[in-house]
Amino acid sequence: MCALTNPARTPWRLRVPQRLRGHPGILIAGSVLLLIALASLILPALSPYDYFTPQLDLISRPPMLRGGHLLGTDPLGRDLLIRVLWGCRISLLIALVASLISVMVGVLWGAIAGYAGGHTDALMMRTVDVLYSVPFVPFVIVLTMLFGRQLWLMFVAIGAVSWLDIARIVRGEALSLKRREFIDAARVAGVHGARMIGRHIVPNLLGVVIIYATLTVPTVILFEAFMSFLGLGVRVPLASLGSLIADGASDMQAHPHLLLVPATVLATIIYCFNFLGDGLRDLLDPRKQA
Amino acid sequence: MSTEALLQIRSLSVHYPAANGRAAGAVQALCGVDVDVAAGECLGLVGESGSGKTAILLSILGLLPPNARLGGSIRFRGSELAGMPLKRLNEIRGSRIAMIFQDPMSALNPYMRIIDQLSEVPRVHGGLSRRAAEQRALELLEAVHIGEPQRRARQYPHELSGGMRQRIMIAMALIAEPELILADEPTTALDVTVQAQILALLQEMRGRTGAALLLVTHDLGVVAQLADRIGVMRHGQVVEQADCLALYEHPQHEYTRSLLAAMPRLRLPA
Repeated sequence: MCALTNPARTPWRLRVPQRLRGHPGILIAGSVLLLIALASLILPALSPYDYFTPQLDLISRPPMLRGGHLLGTDPLGRDLLIRVLWGCRISLLIALVASLISVMVGVLWGAIAGYAGGHTDALMMRTVDVLYSVPFVPFVIVLTMLFGRQLWLMFVAIGAVSWLDIARIVRGEALSLKRREFIDAARVAGVHGARMIGRHIVPNLLGVVIIYATLTVPTVILFEAFMSFLGLGVRVPLASLGSLIADGASDMQAHPHLLLVPATVLATIIYCFNFLGDGLRDLLDPRKQA
Repeated sequence: MSTEALLQIRSLSVHYPAANGRAAGAVQALCGVDVDVAAGECLGLVGESGSGKTAILLSILGLLPPNARLGGSIRFRGSELAGMPLKRLNEIRGSRIAMIFQDPMSALNPYMRIIDQLSEVPRVHGGLSRRAAEQRALELLEAVHIGEPQRRARQYPHELSGGMRQRIMIAMALIAEPELILADEPTTALDVTVQAQILALLQEMRGRTGAALLLVTHDLGVVAQLADRIGVMRHGQVVEQADCLALYEHPQHEYTRSLLAAMPRLRLPA
């Protein structure tokens, strides 16, 4: 009797910290990400170097333990470690804000379209189709021409494009969810409108959304890298991981560390996000309890 | 008729036109059904699968798929449910007419705790505060004989057994004290011992609240226990309607006789 009923004693929500122990992957990936984020916030303030002052006597030094520049310097003699940390700051910020925008807009849009069906669905999804067919790069160029090169513009530009995928996926899920019996049961109970979408549809989309959101974060980081590569992203001398990689790639043969260091950091971040998403999906599903 | 029944269904027909508009693929699910349910009465609808039992329930609550064409009239306490605007229908659904589904596992939201699902109904209809609604939910859990209601209330549907889930469904249907409860094969997904408990519970709840029950099942044993009157359905029509005892003892229609004959009986050798 006691052994059988024990696991259900505490409510599921309160058991999350305890259940984390069953998923060491989440803990590791999460702490690596946290470490990178904290380092990028704190270390630049403590360092004697900054990301913009050139030191022409220290051009393109390889990584070394002595001499102060742990990861070497770039072709203008700036400390690479500090520049990579600043790059992490920018890239993580863009990744989180843009993904958040795209997930929120995409989930709401898709859930409403899928649940409402009929003409509403058709209208909303054709809007998505039209936006999908707008070429991304000219769109960003027009935006930068109108507003100048500003950081918030990147949030808007990337957020505006990446929610479209989520909206489509969520709509498809919502369509099949709508046919499930518990949605009928809720309808019979008189539930409708915002409450139906907020409490019955969206929570049941959680698994798909989390997976897709963590897939969006790396895409967004790469998007930003691509825009920086085209000269549409962050403004020099500020750097993002994408622009650092772009710069490093042009000097790859003579000074491989300029490419390897930011590329390794970017790969680590993306890997951790993927891992985190996978674990979170299992962790947040009340049916998959360890 | 001077006094109108609680639920009065007249020449109800439901058909699904074929996708290409030709007559060949169209399906006639219901054809000229007349059914009355008086206040406090239990009407059992029996028939083989595909005979249109469930289609009646779905059309009462406006749950038919969007391509279904509905004809005839469904009057509940004098107001016409067929073609009623969704806004008014939502005021009736859950509060005055409730439904119990066949499979409680798929009819409960897997991401919501029991207490949240139960208290949703009074919150939507009565405008009750969260606290009051949860209090009411706990009362209902006790009423349907769920042990340790405080603990069960905080659990998720998958943590409960099948019989317990069906009790939750019944609690959910009863929470707003409806006048009419529709039950779609409420015991089919359960094993036999639990079936008996659930039937007893339904009987008890009916006695307590005085709600009318429209019970759909293919199990003649189930209706015999609960129903005051029985309607036998076949091919989208009600072929015979009679009081429970009369139907078992003097079946009038050929199909009713064969249905009764198909029921296995336990005969001990003399």
